[in-house]
Amino acid sequence: MKNEINAGSMADIAFLLLIFFLVTTTIVQDKGILVKLPPWSDEPPEITQLKTRNVFSVLVNGQDQLLVRGEPMQISDLREKTKEFIINPANAPDMSESPKNAIISLKNDRGTSYDAYLAVYNELKGAYAELWDDLSNQRYGEPYTDEMPFAQRKAIRNEIPFILSEAEPTSFSEENTE
Amino acid sequence: MAKFSKKRGKASPEVSTASLPDIIFMLLFFFMVVTVLRDSELKITVAVPKATELTKLEEKSLVNYIYIGRPTKQYQAVYGTKPRIQLGDKFAVVEEIPLFLEQHKIKVNEAKRSRITSSLRVDGEVTMGIVQDVKTQLRKANQLKINYSAGKRTEEL
Repeated sequence: MKNEINAGSMADIAFLLLIFFLVTTTIVQDKGILVKLPPWSDEPPEITQLKTRNVFSVLVNGQDQLLVRGEPMQISDLREKTKEFIINPANAPDMSESPKNAIISLKNDRGTSYDAYLAVYNELKGAYAELWDDLSNQRYGEPYTDEMPFAQRKAIRNEIPFILSEAEPTSFSEENTE
Repeated sequence: MAKFSKKRGKASPEVSTASLPDIIFMLLFFFMVVTVLRDSELKITVAVPKATELTKLEEKSLVNYIYIGRPTKQYQAVYGTKPRIQLGDKFAVVEEIPLFLEQHKIKVNEAKRSRITSSLRVDGEVTMGIVQDVKTQLRKANQLKINYSAGKRTEEL
């Protein structure tokens, strides 16, 4: 009976495997576009008169077409145009005074498809992300990430704040019905 | 060589089955863990859009899911094909959202409550009307951190 394989360590091996699987199995992670909604208030919002040059209005209609500052636009151009508006490299009189003053105004219709809405939101957010990256590279020599020290991130966010205001959607187009 | 033949001559050594229960338990634990984390059964079809500016949602226990989409074939006879909201594993209307949020909130440690995120899993085909109603309801319930669930897009627009 001395020849029997020692089974005492089998339990340890089993536990090792168990821990290995627990650590390595990645349950499909949920990813998405993180958004902070404005708090609800029953009072009508104060009407603040903004300089038109500081407002980048983006309208999406029920046919998923874009109207940016009164001009129709393709979604593929939106990111570049947004960046140009925020930074205003040529100091154009019709673009934002400074990145701090720039405001993106997004308005959609109740008939806009969610696909189109999210694509537009993604481009606007992407424009800011690219600007943060540029500024971060310039200052700290590394792209903007969440792992950066809080102070550095805050400095960048202060320089180019992400201000996006969403208006109550219009209801001109038909919604999904039966 | 003599040594080897000598060993073979003795009583045949059998592989011990003493650890079999351990292995079975291990598998059991593994499957238990995996099945607990599985999402609730979807009664609607949700094909989330694709995007590039994605953030990962870290702690699963701090996330509640709101699904919006058209009912699947087997539920179309009862619920029609109009986009609907699903909370947990049942169909719901917009007005039920605050209660749903509250039910999730009480399960969360008080210190972590400010970090609760609502993940909106919305089908790309759905129009913004119903999404807007949900957003308004979330704002009224003071649940302001939301996440538009999306897949990773690699190709250019």
